[in-house]
Amino acid sequence: MGPLMQGVLTILIGVFGCIGYFYASNIVLDRVIFPPRHDDAGRNINRANAVRPWLFLFPALFALTLYLVYPVVGSFIRSMYDRTGDTFIGFQNYQNLAGDPEFRSAVFNNLLWVLVVPAAATFLGLVIAQLTDRLKWGGIAKSLIFMPMAISFVGASLIWKFVYANDASIGMLNAVRLFFGADGPIDPLQVPFWNNFFLMVILVWIQTGFAMVILSAALRGIPEETIEAAILDGANPFQIFFKIQVPQIMGTILVVWTTITILVLKVFDIVYTMTGGNFGTQILPSYMMEYMFRDDGRATAVALVIMVLVLPVMIWNIRQARKEMR
Amino acid sequence: MADLKLTDVAKSYGPVDVLKHIDLEIEKGELIVFVGPSGCGKSTLLRMIAGLEKITGGELQIDGQVVNNVPPAQRGIAMVFQSYALYPHMTVRENMSFALKIAGKSKSEIEAAVNRAAKILQLEPYLDRLPKALSGGQRQRVAIGRSIVRDPKVYLFDEPLSNLDAALRVATRIEIAQLKEQMPDSTMIYVTHDQVEAMTLASRIVVLAGGGIAQVGTPLELYERPENTFVAQFIGSPQMNLLGGRIVGTGQQTRVELPEGQGTILSNYPTKESDMGLEVEVGIRPEDMIATDGPDYAYEGEVEIKEALGEVTLLYFKKQKPEHEPVIAKLPGIHTDVRGKRMRMTAEAEKVHLFNNGQSLLYR
Repeated sequence: MGPLMQGVLTILIGVFGCIGYFYASNIVLDRVIFPPRHDDAGRNINRANAVRPWLFLFPALFALTLYLVYPVVGSFIRSMYDRTGDTFIGFQNYQNLAGDPEFRSAVFNNLLWVLVVPAAATFLGLVIAQLTDRLKWGGIAKSLIFMPMAISFVGASLIWKFVYANDASIGMLNAVRLFFGADGPIDPLQVPFWNNFFLMVILVWIQTGFAMVILSAALRGIPEETIEAAILDGANPFQIFFKIQVPQIMGTILVVWTTITILVLKVFDIVYTMTGGNFGTQILPSYMMEYMFRDDGRATAVALVIMVLVLPVMIWNIRQARKEMR
Repeated sequence: MADLKLTDVAKSYGPVDVLKHIDLEIEKGELIVFVGPSGCGKSTLLRMIAGLEKITGGELQIDGQVVNNVPPAQRGIAMVFQSYALYPHMTVRENMSFALKIAGKSKSEIEAAVNRAAKILQLEPYLDRLPKALSGGQRQRVAIGRSIVRDPKVYLFDEPLSNLDAALRVATRIEIAQLKEQMPDSTMIYVTHDQVEAMTLASRIVVLAGGGIAQVGTPLELYERPENTFVAQFIGSPQMNLLGGRIVGTGQQTRVELPEGQGTILSNYPTKESDMGLEVEVGIRPEDMIATDGPDYAYEGEVEIKEALGEVTLLYFKKQKPEHEPVIAKLPGIHTDVRGKRMRMTAEAEKVHLFNNGQSLLYR
C-alpha cells in the first residue's frame, strides 16, 4: 500500500472513527447506562446529560494527556538519568548545569534576549503602527514591515548572515563602515558581548511586524472623541500618544509583549544558524540542542529549565488575554 | 460686541459643499442652539468653531480675533461630546485636571478649579472613581466639568443628551439650564436635533437646513413668525398644516381662499393691492385650529383618525388628494364620536401664516 493510500485511509478512519465514537457512546449512555424508563426516568435523563460533556471531551483530553502531560512527566523522569537512560543519577544533571560556565552564560544571554527583544519589537511596532496610520502609503509600509513574519528563522538568519558578512563587498554593515572611512572589515558576530545584540536584531526584525499589526488594530479601536477631547485640552501629539492612546491599549501592549517573550524563550534557530553558540552567544535552547546527542544527558534537564521559565509568563499572558476579551 | 462672529463661513469636502454662506453673530452670555434635521451640517459647524474641522471659506472670529488658523486649544473654547469622550484610564479628578496639567498650572490652582467644578456639578463623591464606574448621567456631568475647569470663553455642546434615556435627558436638560444661570457670562453653543431641547434651553435658535441657515431667532420668534415653510414645519409638533390658497382680499389683514378646504380665512399678515390673486401656502398650527359650526370656516373635512391623549385630542382629516399631507387639528380636552364626522375648522387671524414659494410674506 502506497503512502498516499495510507494517508487517505488514516483520514477516513480518523473522521468516521470519531463520528462512530460519538454516535455509539451516546447510544450506550442513553439506552444502556441511564435509560429513561420506569421510576428513574427523570433522574436518568439528568444524569445522562451530566455525563455527556465528558463523553465528547474525552478524545481531546486523552490526546492532550498523551502528547502534552506525558512528555513533561517523562522528560522530568528522564532528566534524572544519565545518557544511557539506565542509571538513575538524581539531580546530578541539574548540578552539572549549575556548575557549567557555558550554561550560566547561556542563562545570562537568554535574560538579555528576554529583556531586549520583546521591548524593542513592541516599542518599534507601536511607533510604526501609529506613524503608518497617518500616511497615505502607510499600507505599503506596513506590508513591507510585516513581511519578515513570513520568513522562517533559518531563512532570516541566512539573510542577515549576508548583512553581517566579514567583507565590505558582500556585507552591508561593513559596506556602511567602509563608506564612513573605517579601516578594514570586521566580523560583527565575533565582537564579544555586542554580538548578542546583533543576533537579537534579527528576531526584532521578524517580530516587529507582528507587534505592529496587533497594536495598529488596537489603536484604531480607541474612540476618536477621546483624541479630539485631548486636542481641545491642548495636548500635543506626543502627549496624546503617550498619555491618551498608549494607556488605553496597555492591555494589548502587555499581551504582545508577553507573547514575544514566550517566543524568545523558545527561539534557537537564529543562534544555531549564525554562530552555533560560539563567541559567547549561547542561549538556553541552543545549549540544549548542543547537548542533545552527546555528553551526559543533560538536554532534558535544560528543557525542563526552559519550561519552568516560560510557564509563569505563559499563565500571565493567557490571563491578560482573557481579561482583554471580556 | 460680538463674542463670536462667523462671516460667510463655508465648508466643503472636495467638490461637495456641506455648509455655505453662514453669517452669524453671537453675543457674550448667549445660549445658542443649532438645530436641524440630520445631515444639515450642525455638528460640522460646531466642530469648525472648535477647530476640529478646517474652515474652507470665510472667517471665524472669537473675541474680535480671527481664529481660522488658531489651534483648538488656544481658541478659548471647551467642548462636551455626545459620547462623553472621557479618558477611560483616568479617574474623574484626572479627567478634569488633564487640560490644566497640560497647560502647566500649579497643583493648588488645579485642585481649586477641580473642586469648584465638582461642587457645581455635585461630583465630589466620585472624584476618585474611573469613568466606567459611573452612570451615563454622571459621565456627562464629568464631561461638562472637564469644560468648566478650563474656564473657556465659549462652551460647545455636541448633542450632549442624546445618549441618555428619556427621564435622565429631561433631568440633565434642566441641570444644563441651571448651570447656564450660574454662569451668566459664559457663551454656550449647543447642537441638538431635538426641538424640545432647543425651545427650552436657547436664548436664540439657529435653524440649519441644507447647508445654510434657515432662520435665527428666539424660540418664540421661530414659533410665532417663521421665515419660511421649513422652519414653520420644523418647529412645533405635530407639524404645521400647509394648505394651498389664493389671496382674495388685501390690506392690513389678508383674506385667502382655500380651494382645498372649500372655505376662506383671514390672516393678520398685511399685503399690498398688487398681491391680489397671488398663490400662497396658508400655515396653521394644529393647536391653533378651532372647530366651528358657523358659515365662516377655512377647512371642511372628514375625520379619519383620532388620537386621544387625555389633555388634547389629535384629529387627522381624510386627504383629499393622495399627494397632500393630512390636515391635523389638536383640540383641547376629550372628544368622543368624532371619527367619520365632517367637521369645519378655522383659526384666529393672528395665528394664520402666509407663505409664497416657501418664504413668509412677513419677511419680503
